[in-house]
Formats: sequence, C-alpha cells, structure tokens
Amino acid sequence: MSDSLAALGGQIEAACPDAVIGTAVAHGELRVDARRESLLALMRTLRDDPRFAFVQLMDLCGVDWPARPERFDVVYNLLAPVPNRRLRVVVATDEGMPVPSVVEVWPAAGWFEREAWDLYGILFEGNPDLRRILTDYGFEGHPLRKDFPLTGHVELRYDEEQKRVVYEPVKLTQEFRNFDFLSPWEGMTTLPGDEKVHRG
Amino acid sequence: MAEPSPGVEIRTHTMNFGPQHPAAHGVLRLVLEMDGEVVERADPHIGLLHRGTEKLIEYKTYMQAVPYFDRLDYVAPMCQEHAFALATEKLLGIEVPKRGQYVRVLFAEISRILNHLLNLTTYAIDVGAITPALWGFEEREKLMEFHEAASGARLHANYFRPGGVAKDLPAGLTDRIAEWAATFPKFIDDLETLLTENRIWKQRTVDIGVMPLDEALAWGWSGPCLRASGAAWDLRKAQPYDAYAEMDFDIPVGRNGDCYDRYLVRVAEMRESLKIIDQCLRRMPDGPVKVQDNKIAPPSRGEMKRSMEALIHHFKLYTEGYHVPAGETYSVVEAPKGEFGVYLVADGTNKPYRCKIRAPGFAHLQSMDRLSKGHMLADAVAIIGSLDVVFGEIDR
Repeated sequence: MSDSLAALGGQIEAACPDAVIGTAVAHGELRVDARRESLLALMRTLRDDPRFAFVQLMDLCGVDWPARPERFDVVYNLLAPVPNRRLRVVVATDEGMPVPSVVEVWPAAGWFEREAWDLYGILFEGNPDLRRILTDYGFEGHPLRKDFPLTGHVELRYDEEQKRVVYEPVKLTQEFRNFDFLSPWEGMTTLPGDEKVHRG
Repeated sequence: MAEPSPGVEIRTHTMNFGPQHPAAHGVLRLVLEMDGEVVERADPHIGLLHRGTEKLIEYKTYMQAVPYFDRLDYVAPMCQEHAFALATEKLLGIEVPKRGQYVRVLFAEISRILNHLLNLTTYAIDVGAITPALWGFEEREKLMEFHEAASGARLHANYFRPGGVAKDLPAGLTDRIAEWAATFPKFIDDLETLLTENRIWKQRTVDIGVMPLDEALAWGWSGPCLRASGAAWDLRKAQPYDAYAEMDFDIPVGRNGDCYDRYLVRVAEMRESLKIIDQCLRRMPDGPVKVQDNKIAPPSRGEMKRSMEALIHHFKLYTEGYHVPAGETYSVVEAPKGEFGVYLVADGTNKPYRCKIRAPGFAHLQSMDRLSKGHMLADAVAIIGSLDVVFGEIDR
C-alpha cells in the first residue's frame, strides 16, 4: 500500500517537477508539498492525467503555523474514485500572498476557499466570489488564526432601548482557564510537606 | 385616466427565503433572484448556526472534543464521532477490538436509518405530504431508545470514543434491536406505498434538480446524492473501516440524478442498513469493546474503586487526557449524508492542533445555484429537501 503510494508520489513529481517540493507517505496517506506559483498546473495535471484522475476535491482548508515565515498551509484533500486513491496537496502562504484559486479545476473549491478566507484570511486569486461565508455579516478578524482569542473580541446582546441586537467588547466574569499540560509542575507552588524538595 | 400599458413587464426581483422558513431545514438563508416564478440565481447564505466548533476543539483534549461531533449533524450523531475516533486512532496507531468495531458498525447503521427517516419524511412535508413524517417519527423514537440504552443519551451520545465505544451494550439490547429490525421492513413498505408511486410526489420530484455524474463529481458530491447520479461509490465498500469489510450489502445506485432518484436511493439504503444490522447482531463477537490500554481508554468504574493504579489512570485521563504523536491524517466515514471527513493535525500534545471537519452537506448545498437555476420556486424547496442538508454540520 505505502509502496504504491510512494510510487504515485514519484510519478506526480516526474509529471510536474517544478511544482512539487517534496512527497511523503505517512499513516498510509500521501502528501505532496507544492509550490504556490505552479499550483494550478499541478492541479490540472492531477485531475486530467489518466494516471492520477483526481476528479474530486473533497476538502480544502487552512492551517495556521504562526512561527513560520509563511504562516499558512492550504491543504487540498483530493479523491480519485477510480482507482480509489486519496492525495493531500499542501501549499504554504502568508497573509499577503494570494494562492491561485482552483475553482476552474473543481467548482467545489468555491465555498471551501471562501471558508479559508473567512477563517484564516488566506487570499485566493481568481475566486470570483471571495466573500465571508461562516461568520456574521460585518464580522472583523479571522477567527481560526492561532492569535485570535477563543472568546473573540465582541459579544452580542439585545438592547431594550435601541430595540436591536448590539455588539459590545467581550467581558468575561471569569478568566478563561487554559491549563498548560506540557509542564504540569511549572505553575505549582510548594505544597505543604514538600518544603524540603524546593529548598535551595 | 392613463392608458393601460400594452403588455405586462416582469422584472427580476430578489427574494429572501428563510432563515426561518420551515422548508429551509434549519437556518438556511437563500437569496433568490427570480424572474417571475422561475429561479435565475440562488445564493445560499450559511453560517447562521456557526459555533466555531473547530476553534473550540483546538482548546479541548481529544476526549473532550468528541461531544462536539454530536452537535454537527445532530440527526445522525454517532457517525460524526466515528470519523473523529478513526482519525485519532490512526494517529495513535491503535486498533479497536472486534466487538467494539461491531458495536460501532451496528450503531452507525442505526444512525443511518435515523437520518434517512428524518430526511425522507421532512422532505415529504416540504413537498406537501405530512403522513410520512407522522409515521417516521414514531420509528425514529424507537431508534432513539436504542441510542439511549447504549449511550445514556438520545441525541448527544458521546459514544464512539477513540479506542472503541464508551461502554458495552446493556443486556438484552441486541434482542430488542433484532425485534425492531424484524418489523422495520414492513414500515419501509408502508412508507413506499405513500410516496413511491404517488402521482403528486412524482410530479414534484421526477426530473427536478438533475445532476449529471461528471458534474456531481466536480462539485464534490458524495453519499446518496452521488449514488443517485449513477456512481456506485460507497466508502463502506471502497475504503472499508472497522468491520465493514466483513459485511455483505449492496450499493443502491440511481440513474437520473434527480430528486426522485435521491429519494429512491435513500429508501433502498435503509433496507441495506437493515441487512448490516442483522449481520452485526448475528455475528457480534464477545470480548472488550475498547482498547485494553488504560493510557487511552479509562478503566472500569469498579476497578477504579479498588486499584490505585486505575484511579491514577482515570484521573490523568479525565484531566490531562492522552498525548497524540505529531502527525496528520484525513480520515473519512460514509456518513448518512455522504463523505464526512476529519482532517486532524496533531502536534504531540493532548489537544488537536487543527481539526478540520469536512461536512458532506457543505459541498451539496454549494451546488444549489447549479441545481435550481431555471426551476420554479417550489422546486427549489424540493431540491433542498432532496440534498439532505443539516445546518449543524454545514455551519459547524
């Protein structure tokens, strides 16, 4: 299984050598890292070449890695019903650089790209309808970025005087508790009976 | 007095459908550009039920993330959990014991029938027939009781966990399911007498919202909608997970890809699900229902009261949870509505780094414009019904 996937990765790399940065097989899934500039040519080949025949784009999403210079990954999960294979194509980008839209390759990409724009602020060049999709009308920010707080910036309530729903800055009655499980002892003060351990 | 105008001029006008229209199946806001009674352009506005599930999951341990999946497609909750459980298990590199797999398949199929019952009957309401819903909800109630008996909850089951299922089936439940399964074919027959050859039903659905196969593939369709367009594509057969490889069932396929075929495929799928349920019940092996590793699956309650080790495991699991090795996977299940996928990125901590939920309804609803163009307004309602949209999963 993983041998044939590795072979498929080799074929894809041979078919589009300047578009592919690298391929990897993990957990029985093939991942291809692609260059942004030649993404469209790669995707067309993947769909139209009978050796690949990835006629379905099942999923497209963003992933945020804030520590990287190009902080976003755009992940395309493709499916070839015949011969029953899946493939993951990944391109990297940042807040400013648009990714070529694959709407003309798979019309299904339209909403998925809108979602990635809405939630991450990833730009797609060539998408004819890059509006927000999931968040509220007039929403500001891109909520799935790692630097966007879980609680958001605003909250809603119905205002009796204005007779409408109004936005207000979020007020938490209790601090959001985010436990650090990677260093469970970090924040721990000396417990009764442990004085000897912590002394000097 | 002004002269009457020589002809009637009809301008296109924009109409708002929903978000609180009963035929909108939840909170769909559909902006329709109409030319008289004919739809020229349909622009679905979604997101009115957006709860930020994916963001919330990034702040929860793997075990705490499971209940969020019940709240996606709340019509068939266990199938969603199934995808997340499979993804996590893949990254953890564990395999569920045989009995656990059978219990999962059993309940995945019960969920499928739950889903199709709700979809077909509410679809019939949209098109004007109310009796199927009255009958169908009675059957759904019986299935809900099985959900409750197994998991303790009717809707928010939290039953399929990474590593298996939460607990074994209570005594006697399999007999009750078998009893119900013996009566259910009669119900499907009765339901079909109401609809399948019904003149009004056929007038409202045949040749409405036709989707050719090549376009269905390009629009990312899956599940019954894709099969109605003529593809014999079912993940339970093509990429089997859990015990599906051992099950014997057929894939119903449509020919025309219209609303009527989507109905027929779902009816036939209920019969196939019954076959699988029957096989699960007959062949259900004995043994554990979850992995016997207390680093992932909690120890039993009784053990916890006696063994210090078990108590520590329990405490660590329910506070810190387990750490999943870094990696990524896109795991899918054949949910009742189509391919439900979870793209899970783990970074080695006890919380998912990214959990993208691929909802089948999202792709189906996207093609609403393509499907309803040139149809009458009332047909748009039939098309929405036939696509089986649930906003819990589309808006996430």
